[in-house]
Amino acid sequence: MPAVSKLDTAGSFETADFPVPNGREEEWRFTPLRRLRGLHTGPDGTEGGEGAVSVAVEAEPAVRVETVGLDDERVGASFTPLERVSALAYRHAAGATLVTVPKETQVERPVVVAVRGERPGQAFGHTVVRLEPFATATVVLDHAGSATYADNVEFVVGDGAALTVVSVHDWGRDAVHVAYHHVSLGRDARFRGHAVTLGGDLVRVSATVRYTAPGGDAELNGVYFTDAGQHHEHRLLVDHSQSHCRSRVEYKGALQGDDAHAVWIGDVIIGVGTEGTDTYEYNRNLVLTDNTRVDSVPNLEIFTGEVLGAGHASASGRLDDLHLFYLQARGIEAEEARRLVVRGFFAEMIARLGVPEVEERLTAAIERELERSA
Amino acid sequence: MSTLEIRDLHVSVETETESKPILRGVNLTVRAGETHALMGPNGSGKSTLAYAIAGHPKYQITSGTVLLDGEDLLEMTVDERARAGLFLAMQYPVEVPGVTVSNFLRSAVTAVRGEAPKLREFTKELSGAMKSLAIDPAFAQRGLNEGFSGGEKKRHEILQLELLKPKMAVLDETDSGLDVDALKVVSEGVNRFSASGEVGVLLITHYTRILRYVKPDFVHVFVEGAIVEEGGPELAERLEAEGYERFAKAGASK
Ligand SMILES: Nc1ncnc2c1ncn2[C@@H]1O[C@H](COP(=O)(O)OP(=O)(O)O)[C@@H](O)[C@H]1O
Ligand SMILES: [Mg+2]
Repeated sequence: MPAVSKLDTAGSFETADFPVPNGREEEWRFTPLRRLRGLHTGPDGTEGGEGAVSVAVEAEPAVRVETVGLDDERVGASFTPLERVSALAYRHAAGATLVTVPKETQVERPVVVAVRGERPGQAFGHTVVRLEPFATATVVLDHAGSATYADNVEFVVGDGAALTVVSVHDWGRDAVHVAYHHVSLGRDARFRGHAVTLGGDLVRVSATVRYTAPGGDAELNGVYFTDAGQHHEHRLLVDHSQSHCRSRVEYKGALQGDDAHAVWIGDVIIGVGTEGTDTYEYNRNLVLTDNTRVDSVPNLEIFTGEVLGAGHASASGRLDDLHLFYLQARGIEAEEARRLVVRGFFAEMIARLGVPEVEERLTAAIERELERSA
Repeated sequence: MSTLEIRDLHVSVETETESKPILRGVNLTVRAGETHALMGPNGSGKSTLAYAIAGHPKYQITSGTVLLDGEDLLEMTVDERARAGLFLAMQYPVEVPGVTVSNFLRSAVTAVRGEAPKLREFTKELSGAMKSLAIDPAFAQRGLNEGFSGGEKKRHEILQLELLKPKMAVLDETDSGLDVDALKVVSEGVNRFSASGEVGVLLITHYTRILRYVKPDFVHVFVEGAIVEEGGPELAERLEAEGYERFAKAGASK
């Protein structure tokens, strides 16, 4: 009998069930709480000001887009908050943006969900993306502007459906964003996630994947470029509570400038009684200057002997002198050599995005970063 | 006419714990139109010589000079040396993930020639050069040396040699790890390069095999960080017959 998912047993929708974090908790120990602008205490705390974040969806007619109340039965059905900020976001969100791709519908053009910080101060959101059985779609979550924002996003992928999500965190330099992405996969469902994190003062994205039936396949990719003073945190939890599911987690980031801080936490659980799990997770950080900090923690917990494949790797380091030497030995100047190697570091991840507009934007953003450090 | 002059070169290798002396006074002059074979046993310091000339960060010059056409190479950065006309085909070319062969070659050609070649002309030039080295055109879109076999890496070194057209080429064991067919293809590339008579070649090798295809004018025997004997092509034949033992003793007694 398959194990019960940790994601079903832990957690609560009641804010009061979670004490205000003090920074010593396992899940908060890397996050500078002071820079959350009270998002972890909530809008009733001392931090005042009602912020505003707008959400606009652009999609083909075949896609159903609705704004519904949190009491709608399709909202909040696929997850339970595991952290206080997630519970707060659920409680304080004014409503939910609901995107539904009907059964067997193949959506050609990416659905774009534009999330814009309009007014500073705390703001909360909720989005649900539902793919009915055998539907396929690509969704771009495009975050920009100034905000202090916490949100839950549910990705409910029905049997045999395939969803690609590109979440671009291209916030203004002062923004704070704490995001919870809840992926729920039906039988033989497929999810491709790409986090692209460039902006903000503090961006903390927690993604959880749960399989509700065998045959699910999740790939979580991420790219980040963390500059001076920025905090970029990506936390992944894949719960293999069902047999014969696959997961791949691959995140690559570069850091440059004083007090650039990148955090990557990769948790994979292979549950009791399951068999045929195939999982691999990987994080690489390219450290371009002194005075940066990387915390990279892969964590694999296996409660069964029947595993198809399970592994993890994490590496952080400088540009390789031998790469630079080789390019320079062909006449290429040091600065140009450095650029080629950094571009190369990200090239595969960018090519994998599959959304040309985002690929171009990311390429341009990396070029700008490289200009800045030249 | 170009000349590479190496005078009393002493080089140490920087390891984690120490600075280990490897080259103990190397003297060698290569002129345009000449092909020199530098032959020696494994570990004698041949690659150290090649890397030191090219400016590899691990190798420390403790004394001596290296001049290319009278200019002090040791004062130049790695890329300046290459732009001055020096080329090193490496024994173990490194893999640079994500940097495509075509992108890399265009950057290198642009740097060495001082201007970007027209895309169409460059594409033609590249595909021609690849063809003559029997390199599959699909390699142009692959990561530089990424997942290449030993032989494929060596062909790509010669591809670079032919595109960059240096004045002086140092080829470090370009023959090792090649089967007979690949050895011929690579040797033809070297011969095409030197055919003008205006460039010099320093061919570093452990075996005499490649010398059947690339004819040296001079042969130097290299043992324990120094040249211990010099002669014409007949010296290579003696090495083939007798091996390095006799010279190894000569080196050790120094
Ligand atoms: N990067 C290095 N780190 C440590 N030792 C080295 C390094 N490169 C060369 N050496 C040492 O220097 C000596 C000469 O090596 P090398 O120049 O590679 O010889 P060859 O090319 O003739 O085989 C050897 O003893 C080798 O162990
Ligand atoms: Mg060698």
